[in-house]
Amino acid sequence: MTKEELQVKLAEKLPELSFEEGGEWLNMYVEPEAWPFLAQTLRNDSELWFDYMFCLTCVDWKTHLTMVYHFSSTRHRHNIVVKSKLNRDNPEIETICQIWRTAEFHEREVYEMFGVNFLHHPDLRLLILPDGWEGKNPMRKDYDDPVNMIKL
Amino acid sequence: MITFKDEVAVTESGDLVINIGPQHPATHGVLHLLITINGETVKKVEPHLGYIHRSIEKMCESLSYRQFTYSTSRMDYLSAHINNHACVLGVEKGLQIEVPQRAEVIRVLMDELTRIASHVLWWGALAMDVGAITPFFHAFREREMINDLMEETCGARLTMNYMVPGGVMADLHPNFYKRVKQIIQQFKDKLDEYDELVTYNTIFINRTKNVGYLSPEDAVSWGVSGPSARASNVSCDIRKLYPYGIYDKLTFDEVLLTEGDTYARYMVRMLELRQSLSIVEQLIDNIPEGDFQAKTKAVLKLPKGEYYSRVETARGEFGVYIVSEGGTTPYRIKFRSPGYSNLSALGHMARGSKIGDLVAIMGSLDLVIPDIDR
Amino acid sequence: METGQRPVTDFPGQVIDTPGGGLLTGALDDLINWARSNSLWPLVFGTSCCAIEMMSTASAKYDWSRFGFEVARATPRQADVIIIAGTIVNKMAPVLRRLYDQMPDPKYVIAMGACATSGGPFFYNTYSVVKGADHVLPVDVYVAGCPPRPEALLHALITLQEKILKEKR
Repeated sequence: MTKEELQVKLAEKLPELSFEEGGEWLNMYVEPEAWPFLAQTLRNDSELWFDYMFCLTCVDWKTHLTMVYHFSSTRHRHNIVVKSKLNRDNPEIETICQIWRTAEFHEREVYEMFGVNFLHHPDLRLLILPDGWEGKNPMRKDYDDPVNMIKL
Repeated sequence: MITFKDEVAVTESGDLVINIGPQHPATHGVLHLLITINGETVKKVEPHLGYIHRSIEKMCESLSYRQFTYSTSRMDYLSAHINNHACVLGVEKGLQIEVPQRAEVIRVLMDELTRIASHVLWWGALAMDVGAITPFFHAFREREMINDLMEETCGARLTMNYMVPGGVMADLHPNFYKRVKQIIQQFKDKLDEYDELVTYNTIFINRTKNVGYLSPEDAVSWGVSGPSARASNVSCDIRKLYPYGIYDKLTFDEVLLTEGDTYARYMVRMLELRQSLSIVEQLIDNIPEGDFQAKTKAVLKLPKGEYYSRVETARGEFGVYIVSEGGTTPYRIKFRSPGYSNLSALGHMARGSKIGDLVAIMGSLDLVIPDIDR
Repeated sequence: METGQRPVTDFPGQVIDTPGGGLLTGALDDLINWARSNSLWPLVFGTSCCAIEMMSTASAKYDWSRFGFEVARATPRQADVIIIAGTIVNKMAPVLRRLYDQMPDPKYVIAMGACATSGGPFFYNTYSVVKGADHVLPVDVYVAGCPPRPEALLHALITLQEKILKEKR
């Protein structure tokens, strides 16, 4: 399905999505509360069938955080990008690791680097950072480390 | 609290939790596995990462667009060219740079030679894990030929930064054709020798057949890509699905097998070696004349936006996600590494097997740990 | 004697032929140093890219077992020299220290590559890299390069052997 057909189909399933112009693939913004329903639709609808998640990350815009998910379909060979804006002080979003099992490790990494709390994750703890780094969130833009980080 | 029904390991009183690594000859780097075993049967595998976490993503936020390519050479150092290719593809996508044909052909040639070198080293390392020491020396003897060629062309044996946005850094030297032809000739003879040594060896077949089965649905759900997924009949070769460079003009097959066990993952890579050799043969006689680098400004500034580029490395799908705010340094870079998702499927594959089988499965997944930890 | 000019396997003593066998005379310190330097066993320890060049040095083209580094042991209890090949990060530093403490005396350390010498290409703006392995252990020989060529590592091994020959008790 092309970008326009995907946009039409998703707009009729979830009217409150907002789409972004430009970019190679279809980009859309979804509210964190509506994310579980959208995730189920993306995975189980037979015309969409996005069964392969290939990237899960977070970007720190200084006023808010944005979760970015990239999906692909092995059946129809189309790609899509879903984004979700989170509140900076208390970022929370529902986990998707029951639907795409690869999200377990990716969400643990986003939790330790940015501090996003994933609700109902089976095992949310530090993965890459050593013990004692909970709460430090080094990938955030306001991470302060006067010894190592040089501000040019 | 969600628990997956098939994933809960019942811990009985006779269970032991032991550490494999981080310093261990079989872990291909510093991987720390906590395994729960009962006798010799593995019940649960929990990987602990981070022993080589060099915070590359944070560091790249202060490097310019020409500079951040070097850090990907050091992430997956066995397919260094292919990783660099992904970075420069992202920058070229943002700046709409047109790469000359000669540079494209040189890039693909170097990619395939790197893939051959990486698979050969994987073969030697897997044989050593399973217990055979001799193939290791055979593998390094072949790899040295490719390393010498890389040193003459790019200047370095292992971490070559040959790709720049717009083309390659230097032109080919006059000996290049002769050397590549020697490599092709030597490899053709040696691949049959490799098959005799390991592929048809009864002990190896007993150690790897029906060990570590991964079904196609699980492979897609766990995000496995590359040869490990192609052994489970999942078609995911980026060179065929979303072609970049000149891959759409070359003839080669995507190797797909259906068994999904360790022996199938082994055979996929051995067959891919032959496919890569045929690509090198197709290209070496047909390198067009022209520029090796497009003219670009010295200081590159990507326009505001997000760019994702994906390539097929020897391990799977490598992705570079660049978020740019219009400055000379990127705002956020995310490297989607293939080993990260391949490793997360290890716990699922190794449940119920013996410790020796666990080592064989890890070897067949072809993990490079700095690629996982970034 | 200058570096690189004297063959390392020169036996530091005298062999006197007598009927029914022979006599060996020499200073005990020199004999012990000679024996130690010619049979150092390295520990299998490689964290990142330099480990591949270390494996190349161990293989058939640039063989290090002709200098006595024949057996690469996986356990620190049986190793003499640890070649730190790769970057050391904050999480790995206690593990490295524990491995070094578990090695029996006399033990030697070679810091291979730019990362182990001083942090290397990851010196600036990283929150997790230890800027040089000598923050963790005492280093005997440093090798430059990213990664160093196998010949550079062999030169470092020969330098270490010459350093051991000059040790005094």
